[in-house]
Amino acid sequence: MFGFGILTCVVFLPLVGAAFILALRGNDEATLNNARYAALGTTTVVFLLALYVYAQFDPSSSAFQFVEEKTWLGQGLTYKMGIDGISLPFVLLTTFLMPICILASWQSIQNRVKEYMVTFLILETLMTGVFCALDLVLFYLFFEGQLIPMFLIIGIWGHARRVYAAFKFFLYTFAGSVLMLLAVMAMYGTAGTTDIATLLHTHFPSSMQKWLWLAFFASLAVKTPMWPVHTWLPDAHVEAPTAGSVILAGVLLKMGGYGFIRFSLPMFPEASAYFTPLVFALSIVAIVYTSLVALVQENMKKLIAYSSVAHMGFVTMGLFSVTAQGMQGAVFQMISHGLVSSALFLCVGVLYDRKHTYDITAYGGVVARMPLYAAVFMLFTLANIGLPGTSGFIGEFLTLIGTFNVNSIVALFAATGTILSAAYALYLYRRVVFGVLEKPSLAAVSDLSWREAAVFAPLVLFTIFYGVRPAPVLDGTAAAIDVLIKDYDTAVGAAKAAALP
Amino acid sequence: MSPLSLALGHCLPELILAAGSVVLLFVGAIRGKEQDGLLTEFSVGVLAVAIAVILLGSKTNAVVLDGAFIDDGFGRFMKVFTLGCSLVTVAMSQDFLAREKINKFEFPILVLLSTLGMLMLISADGLIALYLGLELMSLALYVLAAFHRENIRASEAGLKYFVLGALSSGMLLYGASLLYGFAGTVSFTGIAAAIGSSAALGVTFGLAFVMAGLAFKMSAVPFHMWSPDVYEGAPTPVTTFFATAVKLAAIAITIRVVITVFEGIPGQWRQLVTFISILSMALGAFAAIGQANIKRLMAYSAIGHIGYALVGLAAGGEMGVSSVLAYMAIYVVMTLGTFAGILLMRVNGQNVENIADLSGLARTDGVMAFFLATMMFSLAGVPPLAGFFAKWYVFNAAIQAGLYPLAVIGILSSAVSAYYYLRIVKVMYFDEPAPAFDKPAPAPRAVLATTGLLVVFLFAYPGGFIEATRTAASSLF
Repeated sequence: MFGFGILTCVVFLPLVGAAFILALRGNDEATLNNARYAALGTTTVVFLLALYVYAQFDPSSSAFQFVEEKTWLGQGLTYKMGIDGISLPFVLLTTFLMPICILASWQSIQNRVKEYMVTFLILETLMTGVFCALDLVLFYLFFEGQLIPMFLIIGIWGHARRVYAAFKFFLYTFAGSVLMLLAVMAMYGTAGTTDIATLLHTHFPSSMQKWLWLAFFASLAVKTPMWPVHTWLPDAHVEAPTAGSVILAGVLLKMGGYGFIRFSLPMFPEASAYFTPLVFALSIVAIVYTSLVALVQENMKKLIAYSSVAHMGFVTMGLFSVTAQGMQGAVFQMISHGLVSSALFLCVGVLYDRKHTYDITAYGGVVARMPLYAAVFMLFTLANIGLPGTSGFIGEFLTLIGTFNVNSIVALFAATGTILSAAYALYLYRRVVFGVLEKPSLAAVSDLSWREAAVFAPLVLFTIFYGVRPAPVLDGTAAAIDVLIKDYDTAVGAAKAAALP
Repeated sequence: MSPLSLALGHCLPELILAAGSVVLLFVGAIRGKEQDGLLTEFSVGVLAVAIAVILLGSKTNAVVLDGAFIDDGFGRFMKVFTLGCSLVTVAMSQDFLAREKINKFEFPILVLLSTLGMLMLISADGLIALYLGLELMSLALYVLAAFHRENIRASEAGLKYFVLGALSSGMLLYGASLLYGFAGTVSFTGIAAAIGSSAALGVTFGLAFVMAGLAFKMSAVPFHMWSPDVYEGAPTPVTTFFATAVKLAAIAITIRVVITVFEGIPGQWRQLVTFISILSMALGAFAAIGQANIKRLMAYSAIGHIGYALVGLAAGGEMGVSSVLAYMAIYVVMTLGTFAGILLMRVNGQNVENIADLSGLARTDGVMAFFLATMMFSLAGVPPLAGFFAKWYVFNAAIQAGLYPLAVIGILSSAVSAYYYLRIVKVMYFDEPAPAFDKPAPAPRAVLATTGLLVVFLFAYPGGFIEATRTAASSLF
């Protein structure tokens, strides 16, 4: 349409839904329901379109597909979209989670419903845009643009300390990202273009690579988040509404890992090799330290937030192992974490909708009243631990294998993380779900409604499906990652050879 | 064509403004004290005609009037935006002035005269013409700042601006006399030729004093002291004028002086511009944090933005100049929108200007809150809004020129300044509603909506605008 391709359609279609909701007049229940249905309809159509893209995608090719290019700012800055095996899973994950978020907010958001739906739809455009953009400036536009809707979601629909959390989220991310922007400018100056496909094959001088790598790291490490710049995440998670947490954990955190695999590793291979020990060290600290921190949390959301930091530690570790297993495992771990942690936040949200507190001590023995809920929560708790048969296992296992081949000490430390994750996750589960139901406030609590069950059903399905059959994700990413690793090894080898006398 | 008619053709916009203001002055004097908005409408018409003449007129570059006046692409670009700012200011002022009971007929005429001075300043090609334009602009501004003469704050603002302005004019004149003494000519190209590529001590002194005078008009640190008080004290339409048109004219002549006169000695002026730029960005980022009055906050914000624009000038070259043009054009659009929002802040017929008065605006007037929030995010430089592209171009120019420390300091202070812009969004969206504002006046409302849409949708088709800044900048080289 108008010379634009399917990706533009996927990315910008939510804005059409947003415009429709903005055009709705009145504030009665019927109008609000129309807004909800419009948002649900739009996000579902977007997901179906993304599935169509997936069906048309050729997984055997490592090249960018569905590429479209238009003049934009001129002088090497173009509007260029396209996806490859690495970005496709993220596009699918984003578009898959959006209808779930809308459904999860059906009842729990009663305040400024129209604005809420519009904000979410705009956010969807910006998120899918991040994974489809093939121009660095365009990428940055989407990447940073998300701060606005997310800031509003936390600040308007969040809980008691929402203002503090919203500011912390915005300023942390913004301060990190502006340095990346300077790096983008420097790359533009060297290469004369910000086309990602070209930059992937541009060789930057070694000394420059280190600075560029650090600037990108400043932004991506905050976004991932890596220890020690992770502190915004627990605050943001605790204060955000349930759907906001889902998006934060499910999609926004993945942009850090995506950035490493898309920019840092292939574009600055020598610097990446140079800084790998740093990333490994930070990853281990993240895995071990934040797991221990999670163990002592009294707030359910905070506990899951810290567990997210630990899981992202596996991702960064796997990525910088630069082995086929490690990188594919990292991508898989991101997708799996997107499903599992989203589901965990939804589980917590179910309790919050009923009792309006995240305090672990306020619960106990809910299995007696909510058997179905207990079963769902159990599944996702086990997936979070990485039990074989769930998607969580594949990612952790592959990243550990990949890292073990490169650095067995790092893998050894990281493996303790899986034990610790079992400790904090099961401990949470025992205190909330098991035990005797003795709190009078919980006596009348009801099990999952059909709407809540419908929200969980696809997540349960995919968590088990990918646990048993990870091939769809792994095969899709294989071609792109193989090329990446080959180029990386060549570049690092050449640099080593040049350094020899 | 005879030289005179050629010259008149090139300064047609200035002639229109001069003739228009004289005629309107007569009309106003004859009609007496009654001010029913007629002169305002005519003034808007005069400004619109001047814009049309520039846009539709000849695009040939020429130096006329014995080397005092230059008509080039750079000047035309700046003039269109300056005239546009004046037009919007006058159009928005009527309602405010009537409410404050200061709707005297001189107001639009003073704006016209000041704008005439700006156009001459932008087109100045010699020291005498520069000073003439600067003083014509400033004298009208002194009166405008104190326009609300019964109000003690406005009188204070006017006096402060006048005294400090006179001082800065003196410094500028001293610098100009040094340059004249060194080069023996007042023409910019003549001085440039005399300087060559070696900086004599007198030239360096002249440069410093001229820059000090111009920095005062731009309200760049360390010559910014007047601006928070004047912004706060002056009537809001006048503040709008100060924050937009005046800044455009001042930065235009700064660019022209730096690029045409001191082109040969970049080592000298780059240090000065970098120094002023860093100080302005840092002060703008930190001093605005504690402000409770939104006009005062915008004063510090404006100081910071001049700092960012000067980053592009420090980079120099065609790329740097075009980035400054893009920055200033986007900046004035955002500022006009913000001040349109401030003009709409009125409770029970009284104008209010505290940030707290905006509390919960999202629930009392969602549209206004949305557009004001857009302005704030854009001023902070968050993509995909226009302010991001402005920052992209200036910092990109600095990076390409190898000014890495300047770019890093600048981009970090923009991250700091994001805090106070966000605070306004927070007040509007997260806080409990304060009393709703009165029924909005149509003109500021329209300005707010138009600028808001421009800021939101620039990303969809930025190519034409960016191309225009490049063409304009290339005429300087």
